[in-house]
Amino acid sequence: MKDVIKNYVIKEYVEDDTEITYDTPLISGGIVDSFSMVSLKRFLENKYKIAIPDDKATPEAFDSVDKICQLVGNYLK
Amino acid sequence: MTNIVSYEERIKSFNWEIAEQELNYQTGQVINIGWYCSDRICHLGKADKPGLIWEGSSGIEKRYTYNDIRLKSNTIAQFLQDLGIRPEERVCLFMDKIPELYIGFLGILKTGAIAQPLFSAFGDESLFIRLDNARTTAIITQKKHAPKVRKILGKMPYLKHLILVDAEPGKPLGEREVALNMDEAENVEHFQCFPTKAESPSVLHYTSGTTGQPKGVKHVHYSLISQYLTSKWVLDLREEDIYWCTADPGWVTGTSYGIIGAFSNGVTQCVLDAGFSAESWYRFIEKHRISMWYSAPTAIRSLMKAGEEVIRKYDLSSLRHLASVGEPLNSEAVIWSERVFGRPFLDTYWQTETGSIMISNYPGMKIKPGSMGKPFPGITATVIHPETYQPYDEPGRIGLIALKPGWPSMMRAYWNNEETYRKKFRNGWYLPGDRSSIDSEGYFWFVGRDDDVINTGGHLVSPFEVESALLEHPAVAESAVVSKPDFVNMEVVKAFVTLKPGFFPSSDLDLDIMNFVRKKLSPLAMPQEIEFIDNLPKTRSGKIMRRILHAKEWGEEIGDTSTLEND
Repeated sequence: MKDVIKNYVIKEYVEDDTEITYDTPLISGGIVDSFSMVSLKRFLENKYKIAIPDDKATPEAFDSVDKICQLVGNYLK
Repeated sequence: MTNIVSYEERIKSFNWEIAEQELNYQTGQVINIGWYCSDRICHLGKADKPGLIWEGSSGIEKRYTYNDIRLKSNTIAQFLQDLGIRPEERVCLFMDKIPELYIGFLGILKTGAIAQPLFSAFGDESLFIRLDNARTTAIITQKKHAPKVRKILGKMPYLKHLILVDAEPGKPLGEREVALNMDEAENVEHFQCFPTKAESPSVLHYTSGTTGQPKGVKHVHYSLISQYLTSKWVLDLREEDIYWCTADPGWVTGTSYGIIGAFSNGVTQCVLDAGFSAESWYRFIEKHRISMWYSAPTAIRSLMKAGEEVIRKYDLSSLRHLASVGEPLNSEAVIWSERVFGRPFLDTYWQTETGSIMISNYPGMKIKPGSMGKPFPGITATVIHPETYQPYDEPGRIGLIALKPGWPSMMRAYWNNEETYRKKFRNGWYLPGDRSSIDSEGYFWFVGRDDDVINTGGHLVSPFEVESALLEHPAVAESAVVSKPDFVNMEVVKAFVTLKPGFFPSSDLDLDIMNFVRKKLSPLAMPQEIEFIDNLPKTRSGKIMRRILHAKEWGEEIGDTSTLEND
């Protein structure tokens, strides 16, 4: 899952050769902005067939690949 | 004692000469914003005072004194001049909120060229439309944003220079590319600022309308008079203040108050170049002892959403004065801020075209939470009938906000768009395109836009631009774009879409369309929701009735549907 999410972030949100690791700050690091979080959330919901409540989709919960995996894990059956 | 002292007294005896005298400017003399924001502050004996304290997302901090700002803006100005940039040519700044953006802005103005700041999250299509309209000669950017420029470079023969501020030493540069490392370049001690006059063009900001392409709003160096004085009286900037304007200079607040207002008043300002999180913002305030904080309702509501527990972890006692801009500030946010920070956010109202604050709440004045406040001294504002364009005599009537033209920072033109510019004036009034009422005490109360433009997080998005982008997606047959309510951003973009034969609604297609618009235009313009429908509501003549879709989203009466097709 980690690599799937990391690769998606690189493909969709990184324009240059910025290196992304599992703990690179995505939101606070300015790689994914608050508006784009909506599309990232949609990707996770589509990919893992889950529904992430809006109040759980916070900038903190989306701030790294590791944190996103943790969040997704909470909703996987 | 506040800088404005007494709003009522200022109204009685106001004259813009107050600012001219404080800035030691006389009609007909040279006035160059770049010089006023750097060299002049040094001449006032503040060369060693910190002017800009910048912090990046990784925690790196950079500090620039006013003398550094003077030297480095000289250096950038000299670099541009050596490249052959001429006065009034457009030089685009396409960067994150890095020091080069703030100081480069002043450098461009020193050469007499026009600064054209653009939001760095713009996609290549949004970027091209704005550069093409302005026939921009040079663009200053970072290597992370350069791919978007390179993608459209072939369509822009007039763009002579792509200036990279962070090019890697030894790495070959591409076609038309040059490197400028501001911090490492040799400082230029003396630069002869171009002798711009009051009406010399200074800044070109782009703003969206309901129809047509974005409009380039042309400002002039004389705008300094308004920006200086409103910063002093509304933001109450003082010598000892540590100021934080959270706006991005890709938009007008970031230049009028994040650069010009702050530096011309000689205050120390801090910039946080990182994504939003409540923790990082509060930490930033605590660390730098921010005293004046100018932010936006979207950010304030995001902080409200983050809760109060996080506030208690930080010492925010340095905060002295708070103000807000971008969209109407709801009364709940005003009351909340007073409770948690001990002082209310004061709403300010203005727009790209006005260049500076028009209507506002003032320090020391009675605040009515949810109100826009009262006109700035020297600004004649009223509410007029939408058809006769006559001011209402009685309070409480909802009409169009109207401003009497003539203040220093009023836009001078829409770039190459005289017709649209003229339409902004009716019966001797400038119409910002917003509706409000005025109560019996003279306070303005915002009602809404008078057009279909979407105000999301304080940024205007044109439904036309989004619809046009949607139509370029291979699956989309037709589209209609409206706003929908959102707690944090006030409004967000929603798209109604019909699909071409062979395409079917799915969550994957939904995501694909969202990303398509995000990359082409910007994250702001990306529909936060897409609704696939069989047919769009249209008039019998085939015009899409956005009004019906908008009413549905906002739970409003649909109104007259007599012209609706197949009704």
